[in-house]
Amino acid sequence: MPDPFLTTILPQLASGAAHTHALGFTYEGVEGDRVRLRTPWRADLVGDPETDVFAGGLVTAMLDHVGGLAIWVALGRFAPIATLDLRIDYMRAARPRVDLLSEARCYKLTRTIGFVRAWAFEDDPADPVAASQATYVINSDGGRGAGANLQPRGDAA
Amino acid sequence: MTGLLDTIPYARFLGLRTEEDGGILTVIMPFADHLVGNPMLPALHGGSTAALLELTAIAQMALAWPRLRLPRPITVTTAYLRSGKPLDVRARARISRAGRRVAHVLAEAWQEDPAQPIASLTAHFSLDMDNSDLP
Repeated sequence: MPDPFLTTILPQLASGAAHTHALGFTYEGVEGDRVRLRTPWRADLVGDPETDVFAGGLVTAMLDHVGGLAIWVALGRFAPIATLDLRIDYMRAARPRVDLLSEARCYKLTRTIGFVRAWAFEDDPADPVAASQATYVINSDGGRGAGANLQPRGDAA
Repeated sequence: MTGLLDTIPYARFLGLRTEEDGGILTVIMPFADHLVGNPMLPALHGGSTAALLELTAIAQMALAWPRLRLPRPITVTTAYLRSGKPLDVRARARISRAGRRVAHVLAEAWQEDPAQPIASLTAHFSLDMDNSDLP
């Protein structure tokens, strides 16, 4: 019996929000703890009109997002999350006018933080365009509850 | 030089505008529905904000060094400090080191208050003329 979270909810989380929909993200599926996302090549997502290669910002958005999907895969359910820190190494230019794939894996989950590695590539994960290392806050309240964990005190600590 | 971002398709996709004051650029990302990543809060997608910061860094370098070929990112780190509200975002970048081959740039993005940034970027870019093998 397939898990309805993986078959129904995760694909919606992959491209259901306005930004991910506008970028054309498509869900490519889960294998074990790895999840994949595709961005079909589009002229309006290019970073340098002389090369017709995807913008660094697009690679960033996709790696950020696929990393979030990996957190939900590791949790086995949806929970509000927020990216805390995202480092991306750009190893080479993407090939012009070619779709970009990304794959992410959450390799450690604590009660509050998820640690993720992700890669972007055209067809071979061993030959990445970019690689990312990111942390996500789980059960994020959107940053609105800052200080909620502090005990009241007479003076500021 | 503020026209650089108009020539970059991804900057147009994000709707970026630039203001220049004494050699310092402020890049504005006006709020638009297609930038939202969390419809429930609602909050901007982290990818929108990170791309704004990266393009602000590139535009600031292009302003400082008009004859340079487009700088290419090598390592880009974004810290997300606050949730991006459904409001305009402004960003500024400062070149902290300019070498012959590599530059380091710091950038911050904010909404209502520059002292309360929503995200900060620290990045190395390649300035090599022969950098077209990078993105």
